Amino acid sequence: MSKYILRHDEANCIGCLACEVHCKTNKDLGPGPNPCRIIAFDPVEVNGLPRAHFVFMPCFHCEDPWCVRACPTGAMQKREKDGIVFVEPSLCIGCKSCIAACPWGAVQWNPATNKVIKCDYCKDRIDAGLQPACVTKCVTGCLSFGEANEVPDPRRERYARYIVAEEASS
Amino acid sequence: MADNDVRRVAMTSSMAPNVSGVGAPGRRMVYSMCGMCAVRCPMEVTVEDGRVTWLQGNLHDEALGASLCAKGAAGLFLESDDERPQTPLIRAGERGGGRWRRASWDEALDYVAEKLKETIEAFGGRGIALSDRGGPFVDLTRTFVHALGSPNYFNHDAGCMGNAHNASRSLYGFGAAELIFDLQHCKHLVLYGRNIVESLMVKEAKAFMGAVARGMRCTYIDPRATITACKATRYWQVRPKSDYALNLAIIHEVLEQEVYDKEFVARFVSGMDYLREAVKDATPEWQEPHTGVTAAELRAFVTEIAADAPQVIFHPGWMSARHKQSFYVSRSAAILNALMGNIEVPGGCVLGKAPEHYGRTGLHQLIDRVPEVKEPRVDGAGAARPQWDPAIGMVHQAFAAMETEQPYGIGAYFAYRHDPFTGLPDPEATQRAMEKLKLIVSIDVRYSEMGWFADVILPESTYLERANILCQMNGPVPVFSMRDQAIVPRFDSRPAWWIFREILRRTDIKEAREALDFETIEELWNYQLDGTGVTIAEMRETGVVKLAAAPTLIPRDELTFPTPSGKIEIESEVLKQAGLESLPKYMPKEAPTGEKFTLLFAKTATLAQGQSLNNPLLNERAPKQVLWIHPDRAAALGIADGDEVEVNGGGRYTGCLRAKVTRWIHPEAVFMLHGYGATVPLARRALGLGVADQRLQHGKLYDFDPAGGGCALTETVVQVKRRTPEGVAG
Repeated sequence: MSKYILRHDEANCIGCLACEVHCKTNKDLGPGPNPCRIIAFDPVEVNGLPRAHFVFMPCFHCEDPWCVRACPTGAMQKREKDGIVFVEPSLCIGCKSCIAACPWGAVQWNPATNKVIKCDYCKDRIDAGLQPACVTKCVTGCLSFGEANEVPDPRRERYARYIVAEEASS
Repeated sequence: MADNDVRRVAMTSSMAPNVSGVGAPGRRMVYSMCGMCAVRCPMEVTVEDGRVTWLQGNLHDEALGASLCAKGAAGLFLESDDERPQTPLIRAGERGGGRWRRASWDEALDYVAEKLKETIEAFGGRGIALSDRGGPFVDLTRTFVHALGSPNYFNHDAGCMGNAHNASRSLYGFGAAELIFDLQHCKHLVLYGRNIVESLMVKEAKAFMGAVARGMRCTYIDPRATITACKATRYWQVRPKSDYALNLAIIHEVLEQEVYDKEFVARFVSGMDYLREAVKDATPEWQEPHTGVTAAELRAFVTEIAADAPQVIFHPGWMSARHKQSFYVSRSAAILNALMGNIEVPGGCVLGKAPEHYGRTGLHQLIDRVPEVKEPRVDGAGAARPQWDPAIGMVHQAFAAMETEQPYGIGAYFAYRHDPFTGLPDPEATQRAMEKLKLIVSIDVRYSEMGWFADVILPESTYLERANILCQMNGPVPVFSMRDQAIVPRFDSRPAWWIFREILRRTDIKEAREALDFETIEELWNYQLDGTGVTIAEMRETGVVKLAAAPTLIPRDELTFPTPSGKIEIESEVLKQAGLESLPKYMPKEAPTGEKFTLLFAKTATLAQGQSLNNPLLNERAPKQVLWIHPDRAAALGIADGDEVEVNGGGRYTGCLRAKVTRWIHPEAVFMLHGYGATVPLARRALGLGVADQRLQHGKLYDFDPAGGGCALTETVVQVKRRTPEGVAG
């Protein structure tokens, strides 16, 4: 797996889909391909309250990526230095083997170029010391990116606050 | 960069007025303001060789940061879209017939000027009306209208926050936008259908989610569970239009439990006896059948807010054009803020400060350049209707006057980036009202429903292709904000300041010709900045210039309110003058039965009313429009989830869409997204997509809350029937 983590803090997500558009505009994509998706669910009842669920689906940047193995030309590659899985467009022949192989549906077809496109954590931005487009411009800041263990994780603190508040109100 | 970068170039009207240096090769960063909805977030635009390559929020606005919503990001696709007006267009056939001919700017502007002359001869200058979407640039449009001798500038608030605005004025003496909510320190936020995370203002949504994560409580009140409800700590699925009853009972209970800020109230609030009388019978038990909230829940809520006061905020609403007592919902929420004593305290409602508060000087107003208009407004705002703010008006009354010529006639109408055929109810009625007009002009970056009915479409350059006048936004720290021009226009379009200038220059009125007589936007900016101590170069360095280093609160001893009495007036002098009660009795709502439902509407985070659906990327994300209906009511009508249903609002228009059977809508209501059902053939992605809720709001154009003036959109009752392959069931 890549050395990075792209964390989606669901509790802080509002399902606004800004990440999808930030991603697409950064990759110059028109309608069709969606390298990242927010899958939204209708509210469910939790302790008498409506609660929405959003699942963020970029690419998982697998350790042994199905898409890389399926690619006949070597266009689909895993970057040595950090494990980012990306496609080199000049080598892509548009055979779609990677699309068929990916168990998560992460690889997308770009009708404008007749090649595939996928989430590469915006590696050009990362190499320039920036964050992926989706993280940079997220409305609430529910997406965070970096090397695992270096990205702030709000969950333990939030849960601790929750149990303390429960205790105080009981 | 030179401070005074003004280049006097002899310009003919056919020349596009670009800022100097735009279109230069290489990479540069330009500060702009988003134009994808009316919130206008400040942003940074990266331009490479004349092409926009990156948009993000302006980092100098720390509360916003780099964040942009989906609409903001999709701005690149507005820019590259060919499905927008590319040259001036003059109608060639019947109004609304869709036949146009291309015209040069000179020809189109001469045409407009000629018709304006006819209008002024027939009706006087006051016979000209203009509506826009309000916001920070209205100094330009007001100046244009006043320069022509008309008082009839309108913003879009008849269909938006007019009720909340006028309610605030009747209580505090200033508009609702003058109170800024300090969510960072707030302990409990109460929302009446204010759907913060879907009806997005990015900064507000960000602050709200930050506060929720920190543990702020949020009570969300709405017949429909929105995503904001999903983030709240309490959700009350109240009966539609019953929120005023709820507020009367909350006030009753606050007084009963004596949990209001007695010191604050004694010093700053008048009319407490009136208040006690108004809510004396509004017990928690009384409201129960009206709202569906139990008396016990209401009492527990009041106990909870009492513990959190004064860090408790009752949001008086944004889109408040809902029902005939919406003004009083907003007014009673604002009264609750006063009772909490939350005015000008951290975690409460902080007063917006003008630059003068910090010893600075505000922008020089363009409107100071034109003579004061003495004519009364056509809608009576500020005179016959003293409770309506004349600064914003109520545009449905302009349409009424077009039809009736009462109190006087209107002959010409400009819709500047405003689409009343989408934003106001019953476009058929609006169209009828406009039939007699000598001139209808749409100034827009896109084909709006209204624009399609106009005589002339003047294409405005997109927000990336134009510079606007500078704007001043008062807040805890007031700022000047800039929309600079990032790129040259792709088509034969012009910025608004130039369009209005060129129309005025073609009139016979000397004051009008001089009102906007600036050759370049830089020259106009220098006029605005004169005396402020801020330069164009400084504006261009950060896009947003703060006029104080940090916010300071006004000491409590020095608080004053611009009402007739100087106090927060629970019994309002202005409402009394208008012959209105300050807190009337709640009007009970009959529950619609059988096939009848109250029609509710809203938007999602990817849609800004009707203006987003033709954008390729927003169209791609647009939810499939469905009709939310409660399982109990659906079952009685034989409607299953996913069934096709027909919806009719009493007029000729019937909408057809699929049912979404869900318990997250109150049984008395159905809900659909707004902004669908567009009809303009040249905007092909939006054309025919879904149902136009405003067309179902049949007969509602002149149905408004008389106190606030806002439309009563959710007074619409629709009939819902299941559709079978053979037609409608039953």
